[in-house]
Amino acid sequence: MRARLHALVRLVRTIIGVPDYDRYLRHMRAHHPECRVMSPSEFRESRLHARYSRPGSRCC
Amino acid sequence: MGSSDPRSPSPRPTAPQTVRTVVTWGLVALVGAAALGRLALLRGETISAAWLLVAAIATWLVAYRFYARFIAARVFALDAMRATPAVRLADGHDFVPTNKWVVFGHHFAAIAGPGPLVGPTLAAQFGFLPGALWIVVGVVLGGAVQDFVILCASTRRDGRSLGQMAKDEIGPVAGVTALVAVLGIMVVLISVLALVVVNALKDSPWGTVTIALTIPIAMCMGLWLKYLRPDRVLEASVIGLVLLAGALWAGQWVSQHPTWAPIFTLTGPVLALAIMAYGFAASVMPVWLLLAPRDYLSAFVKIGVVIALAVGIVAVLPPLAMPPVTRFVDGTGPVFAGKVFPFVFITIACGAISGFHSLIASGTTPKLLARETDAPLVGYGAMLTEALVAIMALIAACVLSPGVYFAINAPVAAIGPTAASAAEAIRGWGFTLAPGEIEGLATAVGETSLLSRTGGAPSLAVGMAALFDRALGGGAMALWYHFAIMFEALFILTTLDAGTRVGRFMLQDLGGQLWPKFRDVTWAPATWIASACFVAMWGHFLYQGVTDPLGGINSLWPLFGMANQLLAAVALCVGTTVIVRMGRARYAWVTLVPLSWLLIVVFTAGWQKLFSADPRIGFLSHAARMDALHAAGTLPAGVTSLDALPRMAFNDRLDAAVAAFFMVSVVVIVADSLRTWWGVVRGGRPLASTEVPAQPVTAFAAGD
Repeated sequence: MRARLHALVRLVRTIIGVPDYDRYLRHMRAHHPECRVMSPSEFRESRLHARYSRPGSRCC
Repeated sequence: MGSSDPRSPSPRPTAPQTVRTVVTWGLVALVGAAALGRLALLRGETISAAWLLVAAIATWLVAYRFYARFIAARVFALDAMRATPAVRLADGHDFVPTNKWVVFGHHFAAIAGPGPLVGPTLAAQFGFLPGALWIVVGVVLGGAVQDFVILCASTRRDGRSLGQMAKDEIGPVAGVTALVAVLGIMVVLISVLALVVVNALKDSPWGTVTIALTIPIAMCMGLWLKYLRPDRVLEASVIGLVLLAGALWAGQWVSQHPTWAPIFTLTGPVLALAIMAYGFAASVMPVWLLLAPRDYLSAFVKIGVVIALAVGIVAVLPPLAMPPVTRFVDGTGPVFAGKVFPFVFITIACGAISGFHSLIASGTTPKLLARETDAPLVGYGAMLTEALVAIMALIAACVLSPGVYFAINAPVAAIGPTAASAAEAIRGWGFTLAPGEIEGLATAVGETSLLSRTGGAPSLAVGMAALFDRALGGGAMALWYHFAIMFEALFILTTLDAGTRVGRFMLQDLGGQLWPKFRDVTWAPATWIASACFVAMWGHFLYQGVTDPLGGINSLWPLFGMANQLLAAVALCVGTTVIVRMGRARYAWVTLVPLSWLLIVVFTAGWQKLFSADPRIGFLSHAARMDALHAAGTLPAGVTSLDALPRMAFNDRLDAAVAAFFMVSVVVIVADSLRTWWGVVRGGRPLASTEVPAQPVTAFAAGD
């Protein structure tokens, strides 16, 4: 039940476009262990900037 | 449409399966054809909205099953084993392989906005049939094809944007033209959407207070997410939604308060200036404070309302009060001028075909696709869902009696300032508005007046309120009406603030060509100047639309529709070029058919908007008429000052220049594309594909 709720929360977050820090962290650990990772707030900042600086994030 | 697909990539089905498939799809097709036939052969009696829904959904199921598969298999040869950019370039944030239903939801939330709600409502002046047919057929052969083809093209090119693809596939001239055209289209889009909000909130303290409160609500969410509970977006959104309900209640309280109500009863020009100030602030403020939380809130409200509307329509299955075709197909309609051809195809852009989607299909979405074969669901399927929203908006508008519909949507110049003058004008058109009907409705929804509330939002809100009221039992019309207004305005302002910010970046980028320092997004003078310039650009059109008694939605909405269709033409040029350069020119009709239709429609409409001798349609003849009236010293109906006339003439000429600019841009891009296609087909130009070479998924590690 708890796991299902958790999965649902993740699903809704992805659909509305919330950046997923954990996933980023997993990716960096798995594929680029030598690189510095962004802190949670740096990550959020960079994702928001990417989302609101180009056409194609929102429509009519 | 339905060329079947004998060579599907899956193993050949066994005989019983084939029989079952043929029977099932044959039945779906028959049901759709029967419902369409019933609609087309209607004579004089009213019909249930169910027929329209069934006709649309059956047609789309068949189109999705056969046509989308045909494009996937024959034109692009989508291959589940060919690694997508999300797999090859996985970086944990931009390129992330994602479940196809999640990508579908994400893509749908990004493409669906206020466009498919407003356009069909305005086009209902022709009756429900022209708009419905254009949405049903247009999306199958046009809109969904465009989204799908661009998504496939971008997925095969590392998720490159439409502008880059125009440059790479067609040439540098087309690339630059496309970029400038996108900027111009955004200006028109934002101004017309802002005008819809102004017309919905004018003289409505309830609406104004509710919408104004959404701004501090979003900022509280932003602060919550930044300082108190970082990243708890769902939690903050739930709080935001509860506060939105509170805002609805606060609006009602203010509207009934003797001192506060007059303070929040604002005129059009004041609201226009307030929205410009809001757009500017949203563009220079940090994104986390306003834009991002608003966007989350808006996504929830959007999905919720689409579902509620569907449930409401299915639960009530209302009869369509609007006749299938009205006399206004002859071009004399009060909501906007022009004949059914070409103007129904201009008025309904979003929902049938929307060029703006090509920016999204070549933006975030291609970077999320886990497998190439997910593209039909996301590209074609999400657009079919948007078309369903458009059909539902059309139904909600056609639930109103024609008399009420025209009383709300016709400008003062057409129906006069009072309920009596409106009833008389509407009787002259062959419809009836019972005495006290419109006043009673206004009281029921908690407004002082519903006459001439143009822009589509109020009439859609009345239609939705009536549906919800009937579905859930009476007594809450006013609450439903303002709920509908709130969500429409929330959508629109979310497009407006994000659009203004993007426009600011594009201007900074352009200015940076001349003076590199201007591109620095952390340098306040540049961000402020670029924001102010962009707001001034759309603000001019907005203010003109609000103050010009003969302009407004009537002249701006067609301009927006043309702009959106022309962007679609650009996208289809890119799509055709991609198909031709893949060596599949024999399938180029897939994009050439909608492209040709759009060019015919847009250039006919554009020509009429520029040069029609009828001053109700032609910008230039209207300008000349204003000049003549000014010289003679006479005032047209609805205009109070002689000084307004030269300004109106100037605005007409500006609108004409913008329309001409869009048309010239498209001529340039189409000519450049033709040159490329000719080169390939004649064999003079090598088939140099710009696709990233195919690599098997097995070459890449699984997981994040």
